[in-house]
Amino acid sequence: MQRGRRETLDRVVITGIGALTPLGNSFETSWEMLLAGMCGIRRATKIDVSVFPCQVVGEVLNFDPTEYLDAKDVRRNDPFVHFAVAAAHMAIGDAQLDMAKEDVYRVGAIVGSGIGGLQTIDTQSKILHNEGARRVSPFMIPALIVDMASGIVAIAVGAKGPNYSCTSACSTGAHSIGDAYHFLRLGKADVMLAGGTEGGVNPFSFAGFSAMKALSTSCNAHPERASRPFDATRDGFVMGEGACILVLETLEHAFARGARIYCEIVGYAANCDAHHITAPVLDGRNLSAAMQAALAEGDIPLEAVDYINAHGTSTIYNDLCETNAYKLCFGKHAYDIAISSTKGATGHMLGAAGAFESAVCIKAIQTGIIPPTINYENPDPQCDLNYTPNKPIRRDVSVAIKDNMGFGGHNAVLVFKKYAA
Amino acid sequence: MDREAIEKRVKEIVVKQLNVNMEQVTPESSFYEDLGADSLDLVELVMAFESEFSNEVAGEIPEADADKLRTIKDVVDYIHAKAS
Repeated sequence: MQRGRRETLDRVVITGIGALTPLGNSFETSWEMLLAGMCGIRRATKIDVSVFPCQVVGEVLNFDPTEYLDAKDVRRNDPFVHFAVAAAHMAIGDAQLDMAKEDVYRVGAIVGSGIGGLQTIDTQSKILHNEGARRVSPFMIPALIVDMASGIVAIAVGAKGPNYSCTSACSTGAHSIGDAYHFLRLGKADVMLAGGTEGGVNPFSFAGFSAMKALSTSCNAHPERASRPFDATRDGFVMGEGACILVLETLEHAFARGARIYCEIVGYAANCDAHHITAPVLDGRNLSAAMQAALAEGDIPLEAVDYINAHGTSTIYNDLCETNAYKLCFGKHAYDIAISSTKGATGHMLGAAGAFESAVCIKAIQTGIIPPTINYENPDPQCDLNYTPNKPIRRDVSVAIKDNMGFGGHNAVLVFKKYAA
Repeated sequence: MDREAIEKRVKEIVVKQLNVNMEQVTPESSFYEDLGADSLDLVELVMAFESEFSNEVAGEIPEADADKLRTIKDVVDYIHAKAS
């Protein structure tokens, strides 16, 4: 461990959550909907999907970005940035963080996106080809670059500390939280806003993911059944959009301002399959190695893990790979762990997924309730762990793990632990 | 087109693009100093003037001319001169 000149590493806690998802325009609503077994996936309304083989999606609905940004900034920015700013404000409100009392150079932001401003690229590309180069917006580049999520969040809340975005496709949210945790651990900031955002509902993303044959195409008539992680009949993922941002801070800082503490974050590991651009290594050895490294960082014995919020995308390969990784990492204990994928309800929020699902882990620790994997009806003989089918369960959760895998072979694992002085 | 008609249309574009109130916009208003525009706003504004007055400016306001447009009056004068 690189410690710089510090003698000890700081402890890091979570004190705020902000989100908007296909289940609702706040984290609280999304959580309640998860526990009620509701699904946020519907036939797409924001674009015409009749030409695509997959016609279902998890959309953020009834969201008015002018509640958080003035009309000019709304026009200048892509939806993924609108979502990020909303989530950041909600997270700061939840943490009751008063920026006027903070050393603003010690408050940072790492908010990533899996893809960034694809809608802006789509719109401006049409203008370039139909109307010519002189008609392309001067705001095109700032609107589409991924790091603008962190940049605009900083402007919106006045955070002048460490600021950039990390991007690793579907594991972006988890990597962002992990990086922020390390900044705090090393004493380089007091507070970090960390998470992910994705504005995924545009023709370009439907066309691209459809061409990859990655999306579920069997349930256009029953959208709420389309995303069914670990079920034997799963046939692909469902796109989702939204954002989730957490407030992370050092324990010392949280104490000093009397903050409510959700839980502690005690481990983070990241590695790469170095194998294929999109297909995971099916035996799960790389994800398992990342989980072991993250648990080792937090000094957490394998048997202490109560809950895993799985990446669980509802693709054939992802869910099998993850199941294999859990067995490799935990051995017999894998069968005692409560596992669930909340993507059955939200769809795959890509860059926001790891952040929202981390918030789910945090809430499971806080409440002792584990949300279910919905649409689980047909057991897959190769996926034989406890996926918390269809109904939430009560279970005291001391340690929860979040893992994500992203195109590019990126694996990220976070370990959350019940806070105890 | 008379000056008054041009001014009305210029003001409407500015109000929409810069998200300001009509009352704030006078002929002397400077885009940078009075209306809160930055250099990227100016590029977008000029594009909007080009579309709105495409007949008057023959579809294009050359960059050398655009650089001199600092106030509402500058724009109205420019378009009026081009149109006549």
